[in-house]
Amino acid sequence: MIATLEQEESLQHANSRAVVASLESVSMNYGEVRALRNVNFTVRSGQVVALLGPNGAGKTTAVKLLLGLLQPNSGKARVFAGDPTHPQNRMRTGAMLQVGKVPETLRVREHIDLFSSYYPQAMPLEEVLAAAGLEKLRDRKFGDLSGGQRQRTLFALAICGNPDLLFLDEPTVGLDVEARRALWEEIRRLVNHGKTVLLTTHYLEEADALADRIAVINQGEIIAEGTPAEIKAQTSGKRIRCITELSLASLLQIPGVTDVKQDREAVEIHAREAEPVVRALLARDQSLSGLEITSAGLEEAFLALTQDNNQNANRQD
Amino acid sequence: MSTAAAVLSNTQIERSPSHSLTIYLKEAKYEFLKNLRLRVYTVSVISFPLMFYVLFGLVLNAKESIGSTHVPTYLLATYGTFGVMGASLFGTASGLASDRGLGWLQVKRASPMPPFAYFVAKVLVSMGFSAIVVLLLLVLGISFGGVRMPLAETAKLIATLVAGSIPFAAMGLALGYFTGPNSAPAAINLIYLPMSFCSGLWVPYMFLPKFVRQIALALPPFHLSQLALGTVGAGFQQSTATHWEVLLAFTLICLGIARIGFQRDKGKLYG
Repeated sequence: MIATLEQEESLQHANSRAVVASLESVSMNYGEVRALRNVNFTVRSGQVVALLGPNGAGKTTAVKLLLGLLQPNSGKARVFAGDPTHPQNRMRTGAMLQVGKVPETLRVREHIDLFSSYYPQAMPLEEVLAAAGLEKLRDRKFGDLSGGQRQRTLFALAICGNPDLLFLDEPTVGLDVEARRALWEEIRRLVNHGKTVLLTTHYLEEADALADRIAVINQGEIIAEGTPAEIKAQTSGKRIRCITELSLASLLQIPGVTDVKQDREAVEIHAREAEPVVRALLARDQSLSGLEITSAGLEEAFLALTQDNNQNANRQD
Repeated sequence: MSTAAAVLSNTQIERSPSHSLTIYLKEAKYEFLKNLRLRVYTVSVISFPLMFYVLFGLVLNAKESIGSTHVPTYLLATYGTFGVMGASLFGTASGLASDRGLGWLQVKRASPMPPFAYFVAKVLVSMGFSAIVVLLLLVLGISFGGVRMPLAETAKLIATLVAGSIPFAAMGLALGYFTGPNSAPAAINLIYLPMSFCSGLWVPYMFLPKFVRQIALALPPFHLSQLALGTVGAGFQQSTATHWEVLLAFTLICLGIARIGFQRDKGKLYG
């Protein structure tokens, strides 16, 4: 009872936080390609929200809509309850985007100096360099940096204006383990200072480590949303391995089965819950053998969730 | 609700004029440094006009005259135009095409940078490099070609050529919006080199074949070179106002095209 009350309180507390960024019934097409379909999504003040999904799921599109770099075909993107393109809102927003080429002949400190000048209350250069771990690289030209150092410079450009809201599109791509952890630390520090962060990632581990809330996106639709614990609960499927005479197609017909794969002499079945599926299996195939049931790992569970969504989409088509 | 109100309250952070000026100046400063350190840019933009001038104006024809004008002085105006055109086209088009096509412009647009600052910086830096090319040509001409001009005339030549950078910077912006990162340099050369020849920047206008001379009348570099030649007393009888009008009209058309490109980009995703 007490636990429930506490949960409710924390839920109410979470909901009382102001919405600082939102997509309201947003759909976005690129010609024939539907990048987002009727997406509803909110980011509340002081939170880290992770947009988790495979490549091409629509994560970057969502970020670009919230940055006002794209206009939705329908629906609304809002930042600080207003238009993302409004200069007042841009002064409170920082962004790290995936970029093909950054002017290579400018030095790290020069890039930061220029971006800092855009903001009314920018951080001092030294603080920015320290936060991004670039102290020793300040005089290095961008073109002479390694991939990870480039990512850190782009991160520095995102935070240098001391923004209230930070968009990080795949911030840790190309970083080694150490640099990734350092960036996570820095993101946590920013949130402790009251900043709000929306990050996109295709690593469940990253979303789990950083986010207060995770939205799983696949093929332009948000297919699950909640705290990391809730997402894991939703996605924690089981893996059933057995040798059976049943065809893959007929296995897929069993209710609760999300995926079936032939693995050498056996089949591997992914299911939300093991028991009903096993019951059905045993009833249909008397000769079934080598039965094993294991919990699916986090990455696999995520995969199951997105694949389930893909299958539903295909069936609808 | 108090936090909600605090977060959502649009505390009006107005930029002061001096802050805006700082942004424009920094944008221009770093655009200048960026290009200065870019060897492809400095070599093609500065050394080519200088080399041509040295070869055709100082080594080969230094003692000749065109009409009543000493060749090194005459070619100062035409290679000056050639240099200004190169500095302006390469200074705007290739950078813009690359920034657009490879995502950097999106990063800048997502920031609170005043969008105008980006373009103004490119135009200012084009004018800056144009001034550098013209000054270096002058130094060469005065030192080795016996060019002697009154100070007022010299200042007028420099001012005309540097102002003449604007139409080509505008043309570069238009080109930058309709070419890709890889195709931009080729596209620039495809326009820049034939246009220079047909406008009489390499071979003086009167020595060009008749049909080329007719084409020249429609080309902006021809009109800028006539203005520059006018300052050294080698222009045609046509009034300077006509040449300025042609350049102004050309600038406006190019800016219009660039604007179409800018609007078109607004609804597009790159990379």
